[in-house]
Amino acid sequence: MQSLFERGPSLRTRLVLSLAIAGSLLFLDHRLNTMQPVRSFMTSLVAPIQYLAILPEELLDRLVYLSTTRTALREENYRLQEELLELEMAVQRLNFLENENDRLRQLLGSEVRQASRRMVAEVVAVATDPFSHQLVINKGSANGVYDGQPVLDNRGIVGQITSVGHNTARVLLISDQSHAVLLRAERNDIRVLAKGTGDLALLELLYIPHSTELIEGDILLSSGLGGVFPEGYPVAMIDSIDRDEDRPYAKVLVRPFAELDRVRTLLLLWPANASEEPVYDDEVPDVD
Amino acid sequence: MWIKAGLFPLLLSYVLAMVLMVMPLPAFLEPWRPDWLSLVIIYWLLAIPHRVGFGTVLILGLLADILMGSVFGIYAIALLLIAYPTVRHYQRIRNYSLTQQALIVGLLVLVKRAVVYELEHVLNDAVFLLPYLYPVISSAIIWPWIYLVMRKYRRRHLIR
Repeated sequence: MQSLFERGPSLRTRLVLSLAIAGSLLFLDHRLNTMQPVRSFMTSLVAPIQYLAILPEELLDRLVYLSTTRTALREENYRLQEELLELEMAVQRLNFLENENDRLRQLLGSEVRQASRRMVAEVVAVATDPFSHQLVINKGSANGVYDGQPVLDNRGIVGQITSVGHNTARVLLISDQSHAVLLRAERNDIRVLAKGTGDLALLELLYIPHSTELIEGDILLSSGLGGVFPEGYPVAMIDSIDRDEDRPYAKVLVRPFAELDRVRTLLLLWPANASEEPVYDDEVPDVD
Repeated sequence: MWIKAGLFPLLLSYVLAMVLMVMPLPAFLEPWRPDWLSLVIIYWLLAIPHRVGFGTVLILGLLADILMGSVFGIYAIALLLIAYPTVRHYQRIRNYSLTQQALIVGLLVLVKRAVVYELEHVLNDAVFLLPYLYPVISSAIIWPWIYLVMRKYRRRHLIR
């Protein structure tokens, strides 16, 4: 056991010293933004912890997969084939429309839209802090992931990349309090700004006048004006409009299409004007 | 030997706490996730304050900042601020009953969360949400079990 009398500096001195270190790091990181190399180094350092954290879930998935019966697999296979058939038919139509759209745009003399490239990523960890809604994915700078890259899932836009490690990257969700995204209504092209509320299932529209033409159930698409998200991807549906005249603006809450609380597989998007190129591990790059 | 007895079990407990901190949970359980890292740090500060000090807390806090993606130092400052009263009064807290300890731990976790919220509010304009304080309750409830399990762990691996 230690002696009755403490040696070395007193408890308070040590506290003040450690607080000073933490405080100066905070200042360096937040005010001067000089900690980025340290951050990406430490991100790689804690990556094993994040991989450990999803291990039980993966094992469970594996177990469930191993215990599925032949009939269940056959049924699933059948269902998936049906789905594939339907999607293929839809894609045929889409290809035709895309070509036609390109031709018409050329006739009008406007720029032809470029196809974007994509890559599938898995979620490896979630940040549970309600003040920062973030995910960590298993693709990093080694795969060509870059800062500010749009991230989607099969339903809609999920968020954007905020920091990149070697094999991991951090996704800021659209529901984060510090995140806002420019959208437009599908029905009447009204432009709106959707800000995260800290609630995974709700975003809030800012600066909407009481006389707005938006109605509940309107679908909001990304407008492509912010420069981060490409145009035309579904983002949210209007949930409620509160036209309380006491407030300067109407309070409009929208529900994101992406199920932000249970995302497992994400899609990284490289728009045509992206500065980086995707680097595929082993999968065959999809051409479109 | 510069490696003291029980260093690896000690480090393992930190890693485990951080794994539990970021482990994906079902959405309905998510707000109730106990503050594992604070609980483990409080336990070690009470049990072996001559060995686990502000230096350890500082490093763990910075690692937590990286894991949570917050600005460097937020968690470190909050954890340091609850480590001080814990180390200051460890002899008294040790002798409390488990219920009393649970209340103290709840209070400490509340202070930690309040500090994190204040810093986030000042730096990133965070808005307060009540579910952020649910872990105070769940941490206090789970503390007696943490305490007993950790004591067993400490004795088995001779961490002193």
